[in-house]
Amino acid sequence: MSEQTTGRAPAESAAGAAGAGVTGPRAGGAARDAGPSPWGRLFLGGVGHNLGLVAVLALLAVVGVATADTFATTANLLTILTSASIIGVITVGATFVIIGGGIDLSVGKLMALASVWATTVATQSFGPWVMVFCALAVGAAGGLVNGLLIAYGRIVPFIVTLAMLISAQGLAERISGRRSQIVTDPAIAAIATTRVLGIPLLVYLFAAVVAVGWVVLNRTTFGRRTFAIGGNPEAARLAGLDVRRHTAALYVVSGLCCGVAAIMIASLTTTGSSTHGTLYELDAIAAVIIGGTLLSGGRGTLIGSILGVLVFTTITNLFVLNNLDTDVQNIAKGAIIVAAVLVQARARRATP
Amino acid sequence: MTSLLTVRGIVKTFPGVRALDGVDLDVAAGEVHCLLGQNGAGKSTLIKVLAGAHQPDAGELTWAGRPVTFPGPHAADAAGIATIHQELDLVPGLSVAENVVLGHEPSRLGFTRFRDAEALTRGLLLRLGHPEIPPRREVGRLSAAGQQVVSVARALARDARLIVMDEPTAVLDPNEVRNLFRVVGELTADGVAVVYISHRLEEIRAIGDRVTVLKDGATVARDLPARTTPTAEVIRLMTGRPVEHAIPPPSAPPGEEVVLEVEDLAGPGFGGVSFTVRAGEVVGLAGLVGSGRSEIVETVYGARRATAGTVRVRGRALRTGSVPAAVRAGMGLCPEERKSQGLLLHESVARNVSLAALGRFARAGFLGPDAESDAARAVLARLDVRPADPSRPVRTLSGGNQQKVVLARWLLRGGRVLLLDEPTRGVDVGARGEIYALVRQLAEQGVAVVVVSSEIPEVLGLADTVLVVREGRVVRTAPAAELDEGRVLDLVMGAAHV
Repeated sequence: MSEQTTGRAPAESAAGAAGAGVTGPRAGGAARDAGPSPWGRLFLGGVGHNLGLVAVLALLAVVGVATADTFATTANLLTILTSASIIGVITVGATFVIIGGGIDLSVGKLMALASVWATTVATQSFGPWVMVFCALAVGAAGGLVNGLLIAYGRIVPFIVTLAMLISAQGLAERISGRRSQIVTDPAIAAIATTRVLGIPLLVYLFAAVVAVGWVVLNRTTFGRRTFAIGGNPEAARLAGLDVRRHTAALYVVSGLCCGVAAIMIASLTTTGSSTHGTLYELDAIAAVIIGGTLLSGGRGTLIGSILGVLVFTTITNLFVLNNLDTDVQNIAKGAIIVAAVLVQARARRATP
Repeated sequence: MTSLLTVRGIVKTFPGVRALDGVDLDVAAGEVHCLLGQNGAGKSTLIKVLAGAHQPDAGELTWAGRPVTFPGPHAADAAGIATIHQELDLVPGLSVAENVVLGHEPSRLGFTRFRDAEALTRGLLLRLGHPEIPPRREVGRLSAAGQQVVSVARALARDARLIVMDEPTAVLDPNEVRNLFRVVGELTADGVAVVYISHRLEEIRAIGDRVTVLKDGATVARDLPARTTPTAEVIRLMTGRPVEHAIPPPSAPPGEEVVLEVEDLAGPGFGGVSFTVRAGEVVGLAGLVGSGRSEIVETVYGARRATAGTVRVRGRALRTGSVPAAVRAGMGLCPEERKSQGLLLHESVARNVSLAALGRFARAGFLGPDAESDAARAVLARLDVRPADPSRPVRTLSGGNQQKVVLARWLLRGGRVLLLDEPTRGVDVGARGEIYALVRQLAEQGVAVVVVSSEIPEVLGLADTVLVVREGRVVRTAPAAELDEGRVLDLVMGAAHV
């Protein structure tokens, strides 16, 4: 996370320096031509940063082809996408929250709670649509509680969502009696097994959530205001934005994503369980960070986050195909997070 | 005069920008050397080079007769150069003494000797004429002036021979300024050199010995006598063109319609504030930092909750403590702290300009790609923001242009009431004139304007009606024509002055 601590200072000093070019007509001309260096352009912001991640993915693919015969098969690629789908949906919500200057630690257990609530015998008796509605409602309600406490109760997001993580876990255990609840409804179970044009429905769901998320983040006033509130909440407030309501809404978005993910995981595992989603919050945050989003808010891309998820999932896949232990895999993931952030910090420093 | 510090031909480039392009500077021991320049002239970068925070690409530094390089802040510190930044770099949670000795703690076996630190601090504070500051007080609980004294004490604790002060008076009231000047006088009498940076020419006249002027990253004049160089000459050097110093007079009297009515408004730190602003009228609030003037404006705007009173826009009372309600009613605020309260520094100029009027560029909440760029371009052209590129990150603009961006935000939204809190702080002389002209222009279009400023001539020049604020009370309301600078100063200072 070095960029979080060191990224600011050079940016500030460079801002002063860049200002020099603006007042003078001569220097102003030079400044206008100047953009980020090619290195910086590759790793900074929007498309550039994402190209870097695509390069990493390509590298992983090369390693995959070289080390495992089965890597490049359609079946394996679909496996990667399917296993990316659930954490991917959660990461979409996490990206909104983090760009908006917050953090949501409760995502994994909110998903578990929603999966449990949606798969109780009572809920299942009402049929699949009620189950879906229930999962979404539980996720959104959990997010709303988070959001209200953070925005109106003025408690730090870290603490609120940590408390939510713990109590959602407890509530999920209480409702389920610590047992896995089997999904008996055939329609819900069918979500994971259905394929359209040879591609699992889960992958379509994932793609749909990403598409909706991308449009909302980049093409609506809601998305634009999310960047503003994360970048400078005081300036946003003084420009007339309702910062508190918006902040609360961001956690509802995150909660809704947990609800969608709950249905997906209930279908994939055919159970609702309080043990689902353990440490998903860290995977989601890690994906958002290597995706180039500032943990302090205000800058980031959804596509970067999704590429981050794919990088992690592909690594897991490579380790599985090569029969390597998960312990080594976790070390590799940790190293990748640090490396990604170091590269980003360097790129940022190299640009005015 | 022998030089303590000689700077020759310093060049510093950042990707795409030549921040310093041949800076010369001579500072002698025991003098107050003033550094003048518009925003973006390179003063900040030069300070950072002197402090070892930036390494120059070319040029030479000579310190006490020997060529030196400062590879890092530590090296400059060890040589005896201390910098007191605009944003004081003290640790608010530590005590005065702990801050003074920070990084150089007197210690035995790794344990700080607090008694020694406190004795040292007490001695330094006494020397600075501030024995009333307790060494054990938490720094965060001192006033801005008190914190500045602690910064100076810290510099002295390290045997600094050169102290760079970056706009030290920006947050001080006149009494505190006088005290600072006394401290500076004593330091120079002891042979310490001071590099003094300020936008206020009258301060430079008061304490400066020599002046060096920077423009576009280069020294354009050096070692001018601080007291005798004509103001017009200094401004010509800073701007490269003669500047219209005067504020344009109003071309027409304000209209009849009362747009903003503030009645008996009270909040933490102020009370009993009533005034009205008619369409096309400019009302000025004159007062010192801490007098409550910013609090009043922010409460009118709903950014702070009022404990009593009402605010009406065109006859309709606003919900208290709600900025969205104020903005919907047609108000806009250009806040005092431009960077921390006004701008999204990472975002483009266009996105900063459109922030308050975003709904207008959306259909059912959906925005086209760069929907607002054209509208932003038009407003930026009207304000002559340079460079006029809406996609440029706003942080790369100079202070004056950044201020214009905040103004452009409300121009684009097109409200009826504009509240300007210190609209020209940190804004260079050229952009100042343009901002004055813009305020006039808006008033002529029927906008009700409230201007807060600590610069009394600015309030008197711009406003039709002036409210003088002291200790949270409006002590005088009068047409600007009936007041002069001396009279307002008396009122502003109140009993302390008499």
